[in-house]
Amino acid sequence: MTDLSTAFATALRLITTLDAALVEIVTLSLRVSFGAVLVACVLGLPLGAALALARFPGRQALVVLGNALMGLPPVVAGLVVYLLLSRAGPLGEFGLLFTPSAMVIAQVVLITPIIAALARQVVEDLWASLGEQLRSLGAGPWRAVPTLLWEGRFSLVTVVLAGFGRSIAEVGAVIIVGGNIAHVTRTMTTAIALETSRGDLPLALGLGFVLMLLAVLVNGAAYWIRDFARARGG
Amino acid sequence: MAILPLALAGVRFVRAGETLLGPLDLELGACGTSVVIGPNGAGKSLLLRLCHGLLAPSAGRVRWCGADAGSAAQRQAMVFQQPVVLRRSVLANVDYALALRGLPRRERQRRAAEALALAGLEALARRPAHVLSGGERQRLALARVWALRPEVLFLDEPTASLDPAATAAVEALIGRFRQAGTVVVMTTHDLGQARRLADEVLFLYRGQVRERAPAAAFFAAPACAEARAFVRGELLW
Amino acid sequence: MRSLIPMDLLRRLTLLACAAATLAWGTAGAEERFITVASTTSTEQSGLFGHLLPRFTAKTGIAVRVVAVGTGQAIQIAERGDADVLFVHHTPSEEKFVADGFGVKRYPVMYNDFVIVGPKADPAAIRGGSDAVAAFAGIARAQAPFASRGDDSGTHKAELALWKAAAVDVKAASGQWYRETGSGMGPTLNTAAGLGAYALTDRGTWAAFKNRGELEVLLAGDPRLFNPYGIILVNPARHPHVKAADGQAFIDWVISPAGQQAIADYKVDGEPLFFPNYRP
Repeated sequence: MTDLSTAFATALRLITTLDAALVEIVTLSLRVSFGAVLVACVLGLPLGAALALARFPGRQALVVLGNALMGLPPVVAGLVVYLLLSRAGPLGEFGLLFTPSAMVIAQVVLITPIIAALARQVVEDLWASLGEQLRSLGAGPWRAVPTLLWEGRFSLVTVVLAGFGRSIAEVGAVIIVGGNIAHVTRTMTTAIALETSRGDLPLALGLGFVLMLLAVLVNGAAYWIRDFARARGG
Repeated sequence: MAILPLALAGVRFVRAGETLLGPLDLELGACGTSVVIGPNGAGKSLLLRLCHGLLAPSAGRVRWCGADAGSAAQRQAMVFQQPVVLRRSVLANVDYALALRGLPRRERQRRAAEALALAGLEALARRPAHVLSGGERQRLALARVWALRPEVLFLDEPTASLDPAATAAVEALIGRFRQAGTVVVMTTHDLGQARRLADEVLFLYRGQVRERAPAAAFFAAPACAEARAFVRGELLW
Repeated sequence: MRSLIPMDLLRRLTLLACAAATLAWGTAGAEERFITVASTTSTEQSGLFGHLLPRFTAKTGIAVRVVAVGTGQAIQIAERGDADVLFVHHTPSEEKFVADGFGVKRYPVMYNDFVIVGPKADPAAIRGGSDAVAAFAGIARAQAPFASRGDDSGTHKAELALWKAAAVDVKAASGQWYRETGSGMGPTLNTAAGLGAYALTDRGTWAAFKNRGELEVLLAGDPRLFNPYGIILVNPARHPHVKAADGQAFIDWVISPAGQQAIADYKVDGEPLFFPNYRP
């Protein structure tokens, strides 16, 4: 118990003093996660919607594959991105390895399947109830994609949050492609991994508490926005 | 210039080996309001969906024979038993349908305002559509298709889940379509409604049109035994 | 088409997207003069780099980005050209790295030493000895738990060499008293603390390690526990993008009298952890 209370006190001290190192890694964590979620949404939401509406041979296989990719181990995603971005790899010339961009790319690989697969489910259900009416009004499946994404916006907020949650809490991929370089690619989670390996468990756990707080704040904000939008008439 | 008449030739609809509708040979669109009646499962909704193009027939052809048949999809509309509204404002629901037709903004605004006024919804224009009552939703659905100026309007049991007051409002709106020259093809299980609205009646039984007659003649003396039983209110299936 | 999604919301979304993109990428674009050094957890986690690098950066304006992993992985990173400088501690691997053409030249920089830590109770009775090989043989005889890195790191390689000298086949004992954690020094020490196991660790990591539990240093000072560090510029002939000039500047500084003095000056609890040993 003393460890836990020390960790809690550490977390409190880090937050109340706005510890400069903490602010730096929190900022980077948020930048990487928001960036990854943004890109993953731009890719994953239309992809999921298209997969929900399109009918083509091999669609089911693709759906199964997408669902399976939700469980992609972060370390595997990290390794694949590492090999792609490495100087010896096909995208090596851009020199992206060990940069925040590399971390964003790895997380996009991780969370795009999550967002696409969950969005597909949401859009498929919507199409089941709205499809006839939309077709009657003249919106075929392709025209319906933006309509249905907008129609499902409240459910999709939860989908996006699922992606964000995975992204902000993830360490396996970002530590491989980011390298956990101090002041450059050190995020909340890689700092926790580092402090754990230094045996400073209270500090590691304290950072963990801060991370949880951050997740609560982001989810709370999203919930509030959603409620507000609903009340205003969405 | 018109897309009508609509001709069904040898149309059948089969699902899981069972013929649910047809074979049908008939032409629609000659008179103001055609009401399709018949017991549950007779195929009324199927018939409307085949005519509207939401379903493809298993055999036979559904063909628009008018000079403008090429633009048939743009010149017909349908309102469903459960009115489907989008999660946006009442006005935006109407505007959405108009935007799908590619109309310019000014024209959309003009038509939407007019349609909402007709349906008595102008005060609710900014409300979220999904908080409307059932009757208001159905009026919104009708306002939405009013704005589209269809030549043919399909209505599938438009008042099935409404109370008498809401039903009266919807029937009044259907009357406006008729006045405006829109050909209405509707189904109902409410014989009173059929009497109030129909110019002609199609009696559908077990996937077949068993009788088709001007409304007055039909209700005065149905020709076939099933129709007579149905009009008397006996249970048919 | 415009009103399929309300316009004002679309505008707001676009603004939000731009803001998020700026947030994610904005400062990443700020160009900074830096080199990447692939090094080991021992140098990073002992705090040596935190002491050393700001001095170098202040002098030259070159920032140093350290990727701290096991020696094996650090060499992999350097071989693929993903670092400019390799700074590790396993001399045979370093010499092979240069011989294979991946590195330009190996410079000896410093050494620290390994220590054998274990539970206070010391079931294998190795406390106070001066012969690391005999101690390892004793641990094997007692079948006392031993936590190994098992990760192909420099420390792991040094440990395997000691087992070999003691004629102990740890492969056969793996999973029994011999536990391979497959992770870095810190996690391995966490495991040892949890199991009450013996472990071989570099003194730097041990000095900075906080979760010691019942562990303490039981044996140190055997010359065979000598742990030399080398520094190598990744070969620009092999990887043309390597920042050869800035990387060499770092090497030159580390082996210069100023750099060597800075290494000697780094102390934890008053004890030096690393001993400079560059000889021109």
